Amino acid sequence: MSDQKLQANGRVWVFGHGLTTDDMYPPDAMKLDLPEAAKQVFYAVRPGWTDQVRPGDIVVAGRNFGLGSSRPVAALFRQLGVAALIAEEFNSLFFRNAVNAGLPAMTVPDATSVFRDGDIAEIDLATGNWANQSTQTSGVVPVLPPLVLEIIASGGVLPRLAQQGYLPAELAELLSSPSVAAAGQGSGA
Amino acid sequence: MPDVGMTMIERILARKAGLASVAVGDTVTVDVDLTVLIDLQFATMWLPPLRIADPDKVAIVMDHAVPAPTIKDAAGGPNARKFAADFGIERFYDVGRHGICHQVIAENGLARPGEVLACTDSHTCAGGAYNTAARGLGPAEVYSILCTGRTWFQVSPTIRYEFVGELPAGVGGKDVFLHIANEYGDATNLNLEYGGPGLASIPLHDRRTIATQGAEVSADFSTFAFDDVLAAHFEALGVAGFEPAEADPDAAYADVREIDLSGLVPYVARPGTVSRNGLPVTKIEARRIDQAFIGSCANGQLDDLRIAAEVLRGKQVAPGVRLIVTPASQQVYRDAMRLGYLQDIADAGGVVTNATCGACFGYHMGVVGPGEVCLTSSTRNFTGRMGSPEAEIYMASPATVAASAVAGHITDARAEATR
Repeated sequence: MSDQKLQANGRVWVFGHGLTTDDMYPPDAMKLDLPEAAKQVFYAVRPGWTDQVRPGDIVVAGRNFGLGSSRPVAALFRQLGVAALIAEEFNSLFFRNAVNAGLPAMTVPDATSVFRDGDIAEIDLATGNWANQSTQTSGVVPVLPPLVLEIIASGGVLPRLAQQGYLPAELAELLSSPSVAAAGQGSGA
Repeated sequence: MPDVGMTMIERILARKAGLASVAVGDTVTVDVDLTVLIDLQFATMWLPPLRIADPDKVAIVMDHAVPAPTIKDAAGGPNARKFAADFGIERFYDVGRHGICHQVIAENGLARPGEVLACTDSHTCAGGAYNTAARGLGPAEVYSILCTGRTWFQVSPTIRYEFVGELPAGVGGKDVFLHIANEYGDATNLNLEYGGPGLASIPLHDRRTIATQGAEVSADFSTFAFDDVLAAHFEALGVAGFEPAEADPDAAYADVREIDLSGLVPYVARPGTVSRNGLPVTKIEARRIDQAFIGSCANGQLDDLRIAAEVLRGKQVAPGVRLIVTPASQQVYRDAMRLGYLQDIADAGGVVTNATCGACFGYHMGVVGPGEVCLTSSTRNFTGRMGSPEAEIYMASPATVAASAVAGHITDARAEATR
């Protein structure tokens, strides 16, 4: 599998350990529509970040990334144009939300010391390869199960459902667009 | 065929995947016995599916934002009602029959031993108290399971908590959990399994608090052993025909940790995280509080309200403190009213709200402001969880919260009771 949707190459933003879904999708943001809610990501951790992040950027975090709620933070990242997530360790619910939104996510040990703000990262989920182009460091991590790669390569779970006839076929393309696929059928908590 | 020793969760996943056994690291696709949708699912970008796997394996529970605090939430209600009618979903717990989904699931025996339950809320692990493989999953995934009836799991290593001794009076499930979280920290990408000879002394409501809070230590599944207490619970509900999952004696665990219940005391977690961030109530600072909250899927159960009422009866909440009590369901509300608990709470100056996830997730019915200190008996003490990121959230048992509301600062309910 060498799908482009399994690869990302972009400028990184490095965050710390134990970031919760409340840090990324605070309760007040749940009262807003997606584009407005996305402006709240990291609102207290790094105020103003959502004005600085550009489409194609990659978010790097430390241990236990995404602890907390089922609310689809991946939807907000896709809304902001974030191309991939890299973390030393993911909370499994948060990781699944990324997969189901078609957002590439890779576990890289020591990610927060390997990468610094502004470095250019490159990942390929199909091979497990990652690299920091800015520092010429690289590594390989275990490849995710084929089923998981298939979901990400499909652009998330909703386009797959449209392909399988559970949703109107004419929605398939629309559901692949970042903002719609990322919305992930409502919200959770 | 040689049998491979499996933990409870491995047993359930193997069974539901149609496999003789599974091992750590395997990715398996399983049949889901019940899919539970919540109100929030219908309030943002709801797209009705063309077909679903099985309407008899679906429940809809209105819980997070009812009665609707925003127009957006109000718009979701009709979507849920239409979906339920169009697809013939009989288990539809609309406003008036509603409650926090995990309480509604428990009251109606929807989390069944040995089965798989998926729901759009991260505290779905609450169902683990009933020997169920229950997971909170994101809205897109739950939508997918609604359609296909199946999902996948990668089998994580399991930590076994072996309870010995008996739970002392005045110490509850919240204290057991906060002790474990403080002692052992996060369990990211691990399953938790609870059993042992001491389990019999932990009442079912306390088990559900412990199972619910597996989410706060980042665990995958939390699963309790099936025992006489559970058997009696399901018999009383008239629920039968399930197959409990036992752990094999030769099951492989990442770690086995013995917890001597008899040595436990009430615990308090400091703001930010429950993980390695707690102290026995006897050692915590006597912090002045602005808000005291008892509620949520973890601690809005009838027994939690009973415990609060027993502490509050004949006393008054301290000036300057708001005590907010949210029954976990309409059923809990009605029972607590009938038993006089709500009267005791209101007479003491507490505010009793409608059943909802409300204040626990900082959405409505008790949001905290900048600079405020909240002592909560709910699920999370994360920064910003209950409102302002500049508020501090301490966490403790309903007894500790009720006693502290009366004292005006964090205090030991056992000491207050003798005063």
